[in-house]
Amino acid sequence: MIAYYSLFKIRLLHGFQYRTAALAGALTQFFWGFIYIMVYQAFYNSTSTPQPITLHELIEVLWLQQSFLAFFVLWLRDNEIIDHITKGNIAYELCRPINLYSFWYAKLIAQRLSKGLLRFSPILIIAFLLPYPYNLTLPDNLISFILFIITLILGLIILVAISMLMYISIFYTMNGTGSLLIFSLMGEFFSGMNIPVPLMPHLLKTIVYILPFRYCSDLPFRIYAGNIGNKEALISIIIQITWIIILFSIGKLGMKKALKNIIVQGG
Amino acid sequence: MIEVSGLSKSFKVAKRNPGIISALKSFVHPQFTTIQAIDDLTFNIKQGEIIGYIGPNGAGKSTTIKIMSGILVPDKGNCKILGYTPWKDRVNYVKNIGVVFGQRSQLFWDVPVMDSYNLLKDIYKIPEKMFEENLDLLVSTLDISQLLDTPVRQLSLGQKMRCEIGASLLHNPKILFLDEPTIGLDAVSKIAVRQFIKTINKEKQVTVILTTHDMQDIEALASRIILIGKGKILLDGNLAKLKNQFNSQKVITIDYSESNEVINIPGVKLISQSKERLMLSVDTSIIKISDCINLLSKKYDLLDLSVDSRPIEEIIVSLYREYQI
Repeated sequence: MIAYYSLFKIRLLHGFQYRTAALAGALTQFFWGFIYIMVYQAFYNSTSTPQPITLHELIEVLWLQQSFLAFFVLWLRDNEIIDHITKGNIAYELCRPINLYSFWYAKLIAQRLSKGLLRFSPILIIAFLLPYPYNLTLPDNLISFILFIITLILGLIILVAISMLMYISIFYTMNGTGSLLIFSLMGEFFSGMNIPVPLMPHLLKTIVYILPFRYCSDLPFRIYAGNIGNKEALISIIIQITWIIILFSIGKLGMKKALKNIIVQGG
Repeated sequence: MIEVSGLSKSFKVAKRNPGIISALKSFVHPQFTTIQAIDDLTFNIKQGEIIGYIGPNGAGKSTTIKIMSGILVPDKGNCKILGYTPWKDRVNYVKNIGVVFGQRSQLFWDVPVMDSYNLLKDIYKIPEKMFEENLDLLVSTLDISQLLDTPVRQLSLGQKMRCEIGASLLHNPKILFLDEPTIGLDAVSKIAVRQFIKTINKEKQVTVILTTHDMQDIEALASRIILIGKGKILLDGNLAKLKNQFNSQKVITIDYSESNEVINIPGVKLISQSKERLMLSVDTSIIKISDCINLLSKKYDLLDLSVDSRPIEEIIVSLYREYQI
């Protein structure tokens, strides 16, 4: 256990040293946030029927999405692991008395945490200072806030487990770009990054609720915005935990199978 | 300590001829050939030995090392090392071994070396005291004290390799696998690495299995060599014996004060002769070197004399030729 923690720590602290990257990232996210808000404001202005999510709630979701981007986008990748698999450096990782799945998992979650923690606060602070309805406000009650934190953390755990499946798939495809594209496109769409989940047509919404992707971003952010009540939130936490168990089992099994057939050529 | 018997492994390799048409053809119907990387290997290694595992490129050296270090699963055959079967009991087994792949890196490239060492300490659960002792020994013998605080990406190849070797020995492994550890190193680093391997072998009784193309490595380190070609063991024996077997030829060079004497000794072939210098090739299976020198000293007024063996490179080349690999 200590080895995984140690790796987690190294990677976390290491991530913190990239300050300029964090600042640039925060600025980009801020810019994107404004674009999305303008698009949705135009959309809300052109309709008089009430929507399943109010503009202000949606804006809150958008700001949270932009702040915690590193927690749930699948295009964020670790080139080192991809190189390990495609170029054969995995040989060294296999000479260690460690479980490779847990080892990579610790590394990936540390990277996302350090990226996320460095970036979220500047965006949130500015979003709080904006005038209504463009601003971010505190949740209605403390319970919603606690539920938001819990679902956000569980969501991160789910997301890293999904990204592990992506890395494992590279053992078979031998192509980081291909696996990455499929996973990040699916993730982006089904987690409501392109169309917010409440605005989706009924059938699509059903599909989205079956898949794990929305439980990483859509769920915690809508809990925060008050669009999802505390009772639904509690049920969703159970679904999150179920997904974690399922994804871990698939990942560990897939890794075991991949390692059995591994070939390390050259050198 | 290491028992390998009947080990075999083959790889499937995609094959197609160059050109557009054959590219299309292989798109529809890909063709594969099977390459037998290693074929029925059997050998035993005792504790404390340094084995030079040699063979031309593509002979199967690295594949063997990778199977023995638990990375690859062989098609068939058995391998018992320290009581473990490497690929079945990988996590428990690899605690006892250290591995260096000369062409790959095990250190994190963007953090200081010491961070990687500390991580290894946690991975192998090395007790504080043992870690410090080992670190002291490694730092002094490998001369890496100034390098520990530098990120790996800023080290030169030789510095990096010394740190890599250090990293593979922090946990007191009983067996050390070195896959081309001196590749690309300068003379000074090479000697430092060799000296170090000798030291740990002597002081800690570490068994070393070394693959290399550098015959000086073999000559400096290996007490026994295993020659492999096309996946099969061709020769397994100690270096001195091999040298004698293929090295009955010695070259004597003498300088003398002017003379026109002509020599005629059985078993001795003239390579070149000038007024003051003579080079002879001596077949030691016919005449002993000492006898030959005796005869020469009677005929000439000797000023200088040297006896050279055929360099080990040549022996290996003639070995490769003999086995047609």
